[in-house]
Amino acid sequence: MSTPMSTPSSEPALQEHTAPASPLLEIKDLSVAYRTASGDVKAVERVNLSLNVGEVVGLAGESGSGKSTLAYGACRLLRPPAVITSGSVRYSGRRGAAPADILQMRQDQLHKIRWRDIAIVFQSAMNALNPVLRVRDQLVDAIHAHLKLSRDEANEKAASLLDLVGIPRQRLRSYPHELSGGMRQRVMIAMALAADPEIVLMDEPTTALDVVVQRDILAQIVELKQALGFAILFITHDLSLLLELADRIAVMYAGQLLEVGTAEEIQREASHPYTKGLLNSFPSLRGPRRELTGIPGSPPDLRDPPPGCPFMPRCGFARPACAEVEMTLAPVTGSADPWHVTACPFVGPEGMRA
Amino acid sequence: MTVASVAADCGPLAMEATGLSKDFRLGRGATLHAVRDVSFGLYRGAVVALVGESGSGKSTVARLLAGQERPSAGTITLDGQPADVGSRGAFRRYKSEVQLVFQDPFSSLNPVHTVSYHLERPVRLHQGSTVNVKSQVTALLEQVRLTPAVQFLPKYPHELSGGQRQRVSFARALAAKPAVLLADEPVSMLDVSIRLEMLNLLDDLRKRLALALLYITHDIASARYFADEVLVMYAGEIVERGPAEDVTQQPAHPYTQLLVASAPDPDNLGSLLRSFAPGGRPPGDPPRGGLAQPPTPPAARAHAAASGPATTGCPFSTRCPLAEDRCRQENPPLQRVTDLRTAACWRLDVAASGIARTRQTGDPA
Repeated sequence: MSTPMSTPSSEPALQEHTAPASPLLEIKDLSVAYRTASGDVKAVERVNLSLNVGEVVGLAGESGSGKSTLAYGACRLLRPPAVITSGSVRYSGRRGAAPADILQMRQDQLHKIRWRDIAIVFQSAMNALNPVLRVRDQLVDAIHAHLKLSRDEANEKAASLLDLVGIPRQRLRSYPHELSGGMRQRVMIAMALAADPEIVLMDEPTTALDVVVQRDILAQIVELKQALGFAILFITHDLSLLLELADRIAVMYAGQLLEVGTAEEIQREASHPYTKGLLNSFPSLRGPRRELTGIPGSPPDLRDPPPGCPFMPRCGFARPACAEVEMTLAPVTGSADPWHVTACPFVGPEGMRA
Repeated sequence: MTVASVAADCGPLAMEATGLSKDFRLGRGATLHAVRDVSFGLYRGAVVALVGESGSGKSTVARLLAGQERPSAGTITLDGQPADVGSRGAFRRYKSEVQLVFQDPFSSLNPVHTVSYHLERPVRLHQGSTVNVKSQVTALLEQVRLTPAVQFLPKYPHELSGGQRQRVSFARALAAKPAVLLADEPVSMLDVSIRLEMLNLLDDLRKRLALALLYITHDIASARYFADEVLVMYAGEIVERGPAEDVTQQPAHPYTQLLVASAPDPDNLGSLLRSFAPGGRPPGDPPRGGLAQPPTPPAARAHAAASGPATTGCPFSTRCPLAEDRCRQENPPLQRVTDLRTAACWRLDVAASGIARTRQTGDPA
């Protein structure tokens, strides 16, 4: 496959899981609330998460868990009534610019890093593309907004972007409705890669697609990542997908992170009861056929969250003390890796701790 | 080639489709064959899963069975009688036996009506005016485990979670006391943690009410978990059918093999990353069935996927790694794989070489 884009990264393809001195993106203590007439909805509550160079971090959570709000908040893409109530998002690009807090940037500084350094693949390609513009015009529009290129150069760039994602060039003349769902999603990915970003946020990029197409697109994302060296924050509700794709996984519930660990740790020694529940929620195609339970109940109303642990009402291990726990992430006891952290002080990989 | 259905062990035949086809005229003389020569039976107390990608015709099959579309060819029988949806009265009687549940619980409920309105109407329509509507509605809500029922009756759809809404959809379908429930992707819009609860609820309902259930899905893993028999659809045709466990563990048709290989495999950590590392796929990962993992790079596969089904010969021949001249010229009929399984493929000798095939009748020895 040709890579018409410049500067394939010299970063090793698979990052070792250790938190280096300065991550590419470091979200600290980020809280986002939606101001409503009936009070604040605390959609994201004191979240810490980092993304290293070339790393794939998966953010797993159900709808309404705040995973998209977290990602958009970190890029300052939220509009009122969403308000960022605390935290910092430190971006330390590898291209010379000094590390800076995205939340403190002026509009012109923001405009500089958006798309060029941090790009987003939005959730629904059907709605994210303009139905009355040809694919070429939409690609060229994005290229002109963020790169200084002549018209011919921009056209050539648009064509080479389609090459990159394996779409024939004659599709530049197509309208979105003339493309299949998979192709539309590929166009969205191509668009995000237009300026060779360091970080790509992917918000459920394959959710509406068929399994076969989903697999092709994921394989393509991985291939592009290997070639171009960008880091990915991959948001999805499908934990099984992340186990295959991500280096590290953060499990989000009711606006908070409940567990963070490598894919292997999440799968083999999941510590938090919610993570365990999620792992027991998807039918497996391989291996023995098991009885599966899912997680009874539904997520809490974030206008009026329960005190203590938000998962308590659905948790099989719940005890009175859960209503008073301080929600912080602490290393999983017994884990060799200090970066495998959980918010539950009572339950470990083996079950109850005390 | 017809073989026995594993679903027949669960109960009597409730509904049968024979040679069902549906063409849509596209204008300029073009025709879309949405469903082609599809035959299967739904049995009381059994779950039959219809698995396929979007555009494979699975929803059209549901609409045909529900009487919302007229077949271009073929017949549908309900309890041995030809389906009659000709007049309003006949259609209403038909609907009280055959109910459809839609994918999207956000758009299938009317936002300006309460839960009790959604349930009272079908109870009155299908159970007549003599029943105690209120107690019937309460019983329905309890059946789908929305309890205490009193609490849910005055609620509007926007006050319910996705899972609760889908439960209301189930309750609405059950209000007619149907024999057949057609569930078109009933859980694919719901969160992962809720899906299993829903499938377990459906499973419980079909057992208690002896429903004949058609479960339409693109998720072949859930079909394995939930269904007795699996029918795999591609480009409007059934390309493979058989007991759920057999079809998902040892798929015979190359398309089913592709579907199974494409499903996320949580036990195969980092496989997507590793498959591009030098040295290819990790060792100790033998492909199931007779077909190796497609070795083509994803971009090439993307083009193949974009090329769409073939118009002559086997519809899968454009994407099939085993395709040969015969596949491109002649569409294979369903052929016997075992006593309970069939697959429509000319290359079963290669594709299903790992499956102990029963001898064809008439075979000497």
